[in-house]
Amino acid sequence: MSPTAAVEPTTTAALSSPQVPCIAGVDRYLKLRAAHVESFELADESGKTPQDLLDEAKILVIGAGGLGCEILKNLVMSGFKHIDVIDMDTIDISNLNRQFLFRKRDVGRPKAEVAAEFLRRRAPDVNITAHYKRIQDMSEEFYLGFTLIVCGLDSIDARRWINAFIYSLAEQHGFEGFKPIVDGGTEGFKGNVRVILPMQNACFECGLDLFSPKTTYPICTIANTPRLPEHCIEWASVLEWPRVFPDKKLDGDDPDHINWLVDQATARAAQFSISGITYSLTQGVVKNIIPAIASTNAIIAAVCTNEALKLVTSCNPYLDNYMFYSGDDGVYSHTFPYAQNESCMVCGHKRKSMAVAPDMALEELIELLKEDPSLQLKSPSLTVDSTNLYFQRPKALEERTRPNLEKKIGDLFASGSTLTVTDPVLPTSLQVTVVFA
Amino acid sequence: MHKLWQQKKKEAEAHKTNQRGSPARIRLQKELGELETTPDLEVVATDLMHFSLIYRPQEGHYHGGEFRFKFDISESYPHEAPKVLCKQTIFHPNIDPEGHICLNILREEWNPVLNIQAVIFGLQLLFLEPNKDDPLNKDAAEMMAKDRQEFIRTVRSSMRGRSIGGIHYSNVLVAPESSYGSY
Ligand SMILES: [Zn+2]
Repeated sequence: MSPTAAVEPTTTAALSSPQVPCIAGVDRYLKLRAAHVESFELADESGKTPQDLLDEAKILVIGAGGLGCEILKNLVMSGFKHIDVIDMDTIDISNLNRQFLFRKRDVGRPKAEVAAEFLRRRAPDVNITAHYKRIQDMSEEFYLGFTLIVCGLDSIDARRWINAFIYSLAEQHGFEGFKPIVDGGTEGFKGNVRVILPMQNACFECGLDLFSPKTTYPICTIANTPRLPEHCIEWASVLEWPRVFPDKKLDGDDPDHINWLVDQATARAAQFSISGITYSLTQGVVKNIIPAIASTNAIIAAVCTNEALKLVTSCNPYLDNYMFYSGDDGVYSHTFPYAQNESCMVCGHKRKSMAVAPDMALEELIELLKEDPSLQLKSPSLTVDSTNLYFQRPKALEERTRPNLEKKIGDLFASGSTLTVTDPVLPTSLQVTVVFA
Repeated sequence: MHKLWQQKKKEAEAHKTNQRGSPARIRLQKELGELETTPDLEVVATDLMHFSLIYRPQEGHYHGGEFRFKFDISESYPHEAPKVLCKQTIFHPNIDPEGHICLNILREEWNPVLNIQAVIFGLQLLFLEPNKDDPLNKDAAEMMAKDRQEFIRTVRSSMRGRSIGGIHYSNVLVAPESSYGSY
């Protein structure tokens, strides 16, 4: 900080100090806890107080939608000082009923930017950075800069991606890459929160079976005997779209695409005396949108925020590791340690390092792997960086990759590469890092 | 936070690895590398996510034909089912001329514990036992329900690449019809 800045308070500082003296009660609570925390098993070794840890924490919020808006508001009001938010979407008029950081004038603008502007107005002393980007577009360095990640996403694909990516950061960088994830999700009156500690407890992928796949209808029903408006919409999107536009990918966010489907589905529905085709139903079917309820988002976001606070400050034990809330039939809530899945494709793999000569043939490397008594491999297939090195099956792939067996490994991959090995005896894969000696 | 990290995994830092393939890709490597293949099946794959299956039924009405399917698998797999299309125009009650296939596990009954092997079994079954109750080609299904012999004759003639009801079907025979006996 420059000397002038220290002497002359900026407008920002002047505004912030009297405005929010006791943010959400957190500062007073932490002061009270500080006396007890020393004896607490999670106390930080650095000698920092919970308040110091809260002040220093850098939080990444993924998603600035229904859940994200609530999470951001709660984090700011809890006293977090450094928050980044990333979201690739822009604001739609239909978001305004539950994404309370947005106003009608904001329609069409990036969610992350508008959310950040709103929060800066409310809490000028908080450092908020918006990223109008896809999570896949950010660098490893970007993710390494955070203390903790809070996810408020509705897309299973995005949650799977971030989970696998953050897991690999911990695997590659050790403690520097260790980024706990607090993951929230809602569906109507149901919701869940989980605390994912990469390489230590169950990851998101471990519980993939918990999510029911996208609702679809038998293709013969949509083709011949539609009874519901959804059947007509699927007829238009699954059968008609690829027939009429064989080279154009259907985009659920493109109004022209959705309008075309609405017209086709409406005509189809009329033939079968079905009613109820609307723009929002059509988009909902195409994008598999389960209507979100603002209050469920608020419940889940509140739990996410408190868990983030506990993880960062060590003021109290955190959620271990899965909390489930259901308001579908009365109210039911349950918390349990979700077990790591040994056949998880992200965290269930074994690891091995080898130092071998670069002029070794791939076949010899495979023999070496098979000789390892701790593995007992039978017929390993190998890839590196999505390139097929050798496949035992199917026949055509075996024939295609067979010439690699004689090649020197130094000609097939670089020193330090990690090979993905699969085998019938392994529940998932073996990650072999090969260094040339 | 440091304590959190140290809690359990001491060996974690011992094996640093590079970033590896996506969960969908690793799962496909495992599935394809361990596929139970029989002589009537051939998987032609260069890319694990997009491959072809060739199926030559050894019995049933479609015996003697060679049927080709295109598998397209996205990064959402196995949350999302593989997309499978028949690449030829064939006369089958559950497959339309555009190649869409009415197979429950490809759509409404897909779930992530199923796999490519299960889909292949499903396809094999569809050729051994076409299902007249889930018609996608209504003419074929009605014919199968009403007149089995007529249906079998039409299947055989369609497999030779004839036109039926204004639709030109693909010639799918692997060898001259005569080598499979007369129908
Ligand atoms: Zn896992």
